[in-house]
Amino acid sequence: MTKKSKTICTIIALLVLAGMIVSVNEFTSQSSMLRTVLQLGSIYALAAVSMNLLNGFTGLFSLGQAGFMAIGAYTYAVFTIPVNSKPIVYYLYGVSDLLANVELPSWVGLILAGLMAALLAAVIGAPVLRLKSDYFAIATLGFSEIVRILVASSPFNTITNGSLGLKLIPGYHSYYTPFIIVFICIVIIALLIKSSYGRAFKAIREDEIAAEAMGINLARHKQLSFIISSFFAGISGALLAMYLGAVTSTTFPIMLTYNILLIVVIGGIGSITGSIISAFLITAAKEWWLRFLDQTMIIAGIHVPFLRTGFRMVVFSVILMVVVLFWRRGIMGQKEFSWDGIYRFFTRKSRKGGAVHE
Amino acid sequence: MSKQNLLRVSDATMQFGGVVALNNLNLELNKGEIIGLIGPNGAGKTTAFNVITGVYSPTNGEITFDGEVIASNFPHGKMKALYAGQNAGKYTKSVVPTPDKITKKGIARTFQNIRLFKDLTVFENVLIAKHLNIKSNVFAATFMLNRKEEQQMREETMELLKILDLETHKDDIASSLPYGKQRHLEIARALATKPKLLLLDEPAAGMNPQESDELKNFVARIRDDFNLSILTIEHHMQFVMGICDRIYVLDYGTLIAEGIPSEIQNNPKVIEAYLGVDE
Amino acid sequence: MTATAFFSYCLAGMSIGSIYALIAIGYTMVYGILRLINFAHGDIFMMAAYFMIFAMVDHQIPWYFSMVIMIVSTVLLGVVIEKLAYKPLRNAPRMSIMISAIGVSYLLQNLATYLFSALPKQYPSIPVLNKTIALGGVSTSLVTFITPIITILFVVLLMLLIKYTKMGMAMRAVSKDFEAAQLMGIKINSVISFTFVIGCFLAAVGSMLYFTPRPSVFPLAGSLPGLKCFIAAVFGGIGSIPGAVVGGFIIGFSETFIKAAGYSEFSDVFTFVLLIVVLMFRPTGLFGENLAEKV
Repeated sequence: MTKKSKTICTIIALLVLAGMIVSVNEFTSQSSMLRTVLQLGSIYALAAVSMNLLNGFTGLFSLGQAGFMAIGAYTYAVFTIPVNSKPIVYYLYGVSDLLANVELPSWVGLILAGLMAALLAAVIGAPVLRLKSDYFAIATLGFSEIVRILVASSPFNTITNGSLGLKLIPGYHSYYTPFIIVFICIVIIALLIKSSYGRAFKAIREDEIAAEAMGINLARHKQLSFIISSFFAGISGALLAMYLGAVTSTTFPIMLTYNILLIVVIGGIGSITGSIISAFLITAAKEWWLRFLDQTMIIAGIHVPFLRTGFRMVVFSVILMVVVLFWRRGIMGQKEFSWDGIYRFFTRKSRKGGAVHE
Repeated sequence: MSKQNLLRVSDATMQFGGVVALNNLNLELNKGEIIGLIGPNGAGKTTAFNVITGVYSPTNGEITFDGEVIASNFPHGKMKALYAGQNAGKYTKSVVPTPDKITKKGIARTFQNIRLFKDLTVFENVLIAKHLNIKSNVFAATFMLNRKEEQQMREETMELLKILDLETHKDDIASSLPYGKQRHLEIARALATKPKLLLLDEPAAGMNPQESDELKNFVARIRDDFNLSILTIEHHMQFVMGICDRIYVLDYGTLIAEGIPSEIQNNPKVIEAYLGVDE
Repeated sequence: MTATAFFSYCLAGMSIGSIYALIAIGYTMVYGILRLINFAHGDIFMMAAYFMIFAMVDHQIPWYFSMVIMIVSTVLLGVVIEKLAYKPLRNAPRMSIMISAIGVSYLLQNLATYLFSALPKQYPSIPVLNKTIALGGVSTSLVTFITPIITILFVVLLMLLIKYTKMGMAMRAVSKDFEAAQLMGIKINSVISFTFVIGCFLAAVGSMLYFTPRPSVFPLAGSLPGLKCFIAAVFGGIGSIPGAVVGGFIIGFSETFIKAAGYSEFSDVFTFVLLIVVLMFRPTGLFGENLAEKV
């Protein structure tokens, strides 16, 4: 396919997607599952893509996602809760003088959320990135927990409202807000990966020693990937805060990181398209389609076995294990969506073979 | 051709714990030369490469490249007591660059066990090696403000692929290439970093005599076309004797002979090292 | 702080420290042999508690039999997990097996929530253990006192096993060099299963000692202790059993005294900070060894 026809196809596809979202907004009721699933799905898509940048493209297995999302969420909340609402929210501890009259516009809050997360990544990056892969995973996990506990701890009561958490967080201006923001962010990440720096990240993933021998400074590039990934994780956290309207430290447990990891693994580690598809699929399944697994069902007078609260999550866990054990590639493997790929799929063009080496 | 020194390895010793892997190596390479580094297995040849390229920091000794000391170290800390090599007090500076810095200075290498970026395409493998000279920062690169630079990197990459006869494979996944082509790709990738000195670690491994002959011509050609100097480890004696200007011989980490090919071939110590002594 | 208060905190610290030690041993042994961080170990510890409840509370089986049932079930669970979730990935890239361990942890937590509900369940009271005794002016329950003794006993037995039995030697060989051990004819699968048996056995014992003085069990009860015990193992030197024990005690003591000093909010933060500090300045831990990669 020519470049021109590819661009036309892309534009048409985007318009169709946009059209679908618009029609969902116009034609479904406020409480429809589809609405919430689409919004939540897009937030998880960004979280998954930012995790994939670090884990999948640079090969740095980090389990700190939840911590960075927490920072982003709290930063956003702290700066955007309306001044009038602050006394209500901070009723127990009072609000710090620094913040009492601060109320920033939504987009500023978002960027600050990303920057705070990026700042934390910059600070802990230097020492942590030197660690071997297993230890790096545990260290990031440790940091995530440290963040989660500290954010709700007493010294910060007047800023983060301690264990009560923050509420009355202003939500989205319009239904389309999360989609637009997530779209922009993912496009930026995709551009980064297409660039020379993105290729350097992939080189580090493939073979660190060879990458270094080819002139790529490992420390600098790993830090870059870590900081950028955390920036977008922070933004996804802020988007989640806007969606939920309230956050506490229990909103960001290790389970959240595992959930995002699940999405990344099923979508394909190293594929942006995979993460996006997987995010929507899994969110839809979890929040909507598989809800029935949690309800007790009686068919023809017989109790259907297994079906009761909690079964849904068990099914999920089993699906994850199946993917990890038998289908490590995930939905997209390391490939991205491409018009050529679709064209080839439909015309079944035979591909060039070659000797396979171990 | 006037002899201009490009690489000087001075008293390089590499000691791991109690084991001396490289013992006081002294080696000189002049511009345009092809130097061979040979010796039985385990003699310390790849260790020498790793010391030169910064993968290891020498326990003692100095590496000078194009007039600049690019690596240097002396026994200190725990190693001070353990040091079993020579010239203990000679060096006092500690210059410990990461390998990427040494590559940026103009030394590139290939690996004994091929270390290609396995899941990436042939084109990407070489293109990545162009990243080290990138002038734009991550923002410019992401938002495509560096179109010209990116274009140039891609053109240079295509050029290299053509020269190394890999053009038709450009979109193939690196690990799907036949063995010989993979070795070519490793060399193409190293060349992409625009080196002045190329370190080849057993480039002819696994090749039959005809292939190794072609490699000989190829190495001579790239030396001329790319204005290179080459230091090569190799076991294929035909290859080494046929192409090297001078040869260094290592055994158990120590230099046992150096000279031109004819001298080395007839050196009794070299023969003894490879074949053993009659009991 | 009075002398008796200090003494009672010491007892408490020793007690929780030894439980952490028992569980940390499981982590360190599995890592030593498989180079795998068994994220699911803390959740196995949690499942052991539920097995006990299932036997004693739901089925009224006397405590000595329930204990046996619990231990056997826990060990079985561990071995099954190894065979199903870790063995198939033995030759896969490191990330895959780590993800698998995370997946198992995720599965166990969700399974526990499903089977036993997310509401906390009361851990059965074992009369013998809950007896109050007076020790040096402090009254505490027998379990607090017995715990360190049982721990030391098991650790000594384990060290003897590793040093003087054939299996122990096989385990040491496998942790030094996995492939060479296989080539020398060591039955790798047996060694690995045995490692899990020991690890899960200790986790089961630790589970009983941990939950007896505590009011309840809930599905995520193994998550935080598991993480702390892994930190203990790293601190002591991952792969080293004495290290894991020392690490467990250190974390147990510091946690107790930080709480005693009034900073209970930060006792967990301290443990995590300790982890980061260890990883940065002495990643091999107190008793660990260095492993270099050949280029």
